[in-house]
Amino acid sequence: MDQKIGVKYIFKLNEMEPENNSRRGFLLTGLAVAGLVAGCTQKKDPFEAGAEEQAMASGKTVKLLSVDGEVIEVDEAFLKPVPHMPPVSNTEARVGIPGKKFVMVIDLSRCKNLKICQAACDHAHELSPGQNWIKVRPMQDAEHTAPYWQPTLCMHCDEPPCVKVCPVDATFKRQDGIVLIDHDRCIGCRFCMAACPYSTRVFNWGEPEISTEIASEPYTPESPFPQKKGTVGKCDFCADMTRRGELPHCVTACPNNVYLFGDMNEDSVSNGSETFRFSDLIRDRGGYRLMEDLGTKPSVYYLPPVNRNFPFESGLENDKLQNS
Amino acid sequence: MENSISIADDEKIIQDLLPGKFNTTGKVWVGILTAISLVGVYAYYRQLRYGLIVTNMRDYVSWGIYISNFVFFVAISLVGSLITAVFRLAGVKWGTPLTRIAEMIAVAAIIFASIIIIVDMGSPERFYNLFIHPRIQSPIMWDVIVITTYFFISILLLYYPLLPDIKILLRFKEKSGPALYKFYSFLGSFWKGSHKQYLLSKKAINVLCITIIPVAFTIHTVTSWLFATTYRPGWDSTNFGAYFIAGAFLVGAGGVVVAMYIFRKCNSLEKYITLDHFDKMGRVLVLLALLYLYFNVNEFLTPFFKMKESEAGYLKDLLSGSFAPMFWFAVLTGIILPIIVLLFKKGRRPLPMFIVGIMVVVGAWFKRYLIVTPTLLHPFLPMHDVPKAYHYYFPSWEEWAISMGSLAGAMLIITLLSRIFPIIPIQETLTEHHHETAAQNI
Ligand code: SF4
Ligand code: SF4
Repeated sequence: MDQKIGVKYIFKLNEMEPENNSRRGFLLTGLAVAGLVAGCTQKKDPFEAGAEEQAMASGKTVKLLSVDGEVIEVDEAFLKPVPHMPPVSNTEARVGIPGKKFVMVIDLSRCKNLKICQAACDHAHELSPGQNWIKVRPMQDAEHTAPYWQPTLCMHCDEPPCVKVCPVDATFKRQDGIVLIDHDRCIGCRFCMAACPYSTRVFNWGEPEISTEIASEPYTPESPFPQKKGTVGKCDFCADMTRRGELPHCVTACPNNVYLFGDMNEDSVSNGSETFRFSDLIRDRGGYRLMEDLGTKPSVYYLPPVNRNFPFESGLENDKLQNS
Repeated sequence: MENSISIADDEKIIQDLLPGKFNTTGKVWVGILTAISLVGVYAYYRQLRYGLIVTNMRDYVSWGIYISNFVFFVAISLVGSLITAVFRLAGVKWGTPLTRIAEMIAVAAIIFASIIIIVDMGSPERFYNLFIHPRIQSPIMWDVIVITTYFFISILLLYYPLLPDIKILLRFKEKSGPALYKFYSFLGSFWKGSHKQYLLSKKAINVLCITIIPVAFTIHTVTSWLFATTYRPGWDSTNFGAYFIAGAFLVGAGGVVVAMYIFRKCNSLEKYITLDHFDKMGRVLVLLALLYLYFNVNEFLTPFFKMKESEAGYLKDLLSGSFAPMFWFAVLTGIILPIIVLLFKKGRRPLPMFIVGIMVVVGAWFKRYLIVTPTLLHPFLPMHDVPKAYHYYFPSWEEWAISMGSLAGAMLIITLLSRIFPIIPIQETLTEHHHETAAQNI
């Protein structure tokens, strides 16, 4: 079993201890596995009763799809129902989680364009082909400077131009720093796409390809399901995961620990295996944000691509695969 | 004796100006326009059913010819205020026969501007959200407010000056037929033409003329702000409002010239829309074209000189890259050639003016296309790892059908209005005629 899909917790939520253990169903199977792995590898777990720890292998295995799209086989006895989360009301989803201020740090020196983050995100959010909330771009700042891979996603700007221009408040900024879209309200004018300087927004041009189970999920702006035709989508910092106190899918999926996620108020960010003090990391490694001059105040920080773990070329073949 | 001559004159003028039934050409014209509009309606049905996927817009070019068309319609609608209000307030008398044409164009254009913006929406069934969850800091909201205002003022500016004419129209029951007669009585039977009513209407028209100018400036400025309030290279310009207004007056005046020529030919109005009118409109047009040229130099020369990194790709593409043929075509046909032609007296005769008018309008349409698409194809962060289709934009047949349908629909409205109402204000022509004869008799 691969360590990398284990889910670690970076902060605890005192206000929410889900009791109800009814199974949420197929759609969260990926999460079930992730939760299971976490259960196996980590003793202290805020959300688990501990019953699973005594489970004995039954010998019957099932095939499951992991968050990063790999098919894995798991013993039935280890399957654990995903805690049922009551759907968050629209008002709650618009307010956010009190006292939090989410930030992400992306370490450019570790990225080799594996695109596992992208695949995990696409899979977890049921994105239609061609729609990517995470885009990994080859960047070169000047002719004689070194090229590097730069993952981009919604920057969850503190002065978000997309929110400013939305005529119906369908895209909004929460007090925990996350910028979300209410797909039930969006009129599809795409002004936010024109306004976002980071080109992170995607549009559901046609009917999204989703299974009926997912289509019947209760909708909240916080959980990404189901996508709706004629509305805009973008990275949501996995607001449903963060409410449960879990890391976003891209963070846990990346085998190179490129992503770190955390809470600015606690001043800590984690990639699942290590936790850092956010301010130290940014100061010591020279963290910066993209297009600072625009005044959008992104919540995503980059660590410069110095002392790189991989040569730039090591990611090129992934682009070829993707585009063929 | 003199009086009877003048009455005969009056009858002649009225007979000349009464709207007549369509002849064969007219019917064919209406038929063609209807057919094009219906194809557009069918394409829109497909778009509603399958979503915007039927267009060729994708995540990068997320606004396409619908928005270009919207800007075009807003631009051309500005002519109503130019001819009616600016001329009126400036005391330009020769513009009178052109006011109704201008107002008809304005009303038709503003109607289709609102329609096309709804067509562009991904979820038009949620249109009402604009009214129950409005957010006033969004430029779209400003646009909704100002377009609605402009629409009502334009309708009123068409309607009030019509009232005296409707009184005349009501005299010719047999000519108009029962249905139109009923319609006319519904619109204007309360109008007795008394001195009190006349003063009231005059006052109302004056108030409207004064209010429509700021509203007209606002509507197009706000439309320019839809772009200018974003960070995008090519849109991030403080010049945009003025640049849009100048362009709008130009295309509007061009549209009036085209309409003047066609109505004059089809309804034999040579006596009312004279060579002098063409000459003067030519002068107005050349002035507006020079103004627009000036703003174009401002818009492109300064960023071209600096060639900032974020703007460079966009500018190169526009001036010498894949958009260059269209760009230079739009600048040449829409601005430069009209200026050259119209500077000559011979160029201000009806036929050359008609051709120039068409050039201006066509050039302006392409100019609007160039405002939207090239910018979207040059985002700040390079396009990478997206499907091939995202790198280009050429409208799908549905987009063409809907856009052409909307243009045809606007022309259809103008044509139908000209069938129902006199194209040249009858009462005003009569009054002016009386003044003239009175002046001659003294
Ligand atoms: S990155 Fe773009 S979509 Fe995300 S908050 Fe900023 S402006 Fe909005
Ligand atoms: S597309 Fe939707 S989210 Fe974006 S600005 Fe329009 S209504 Fe708001």
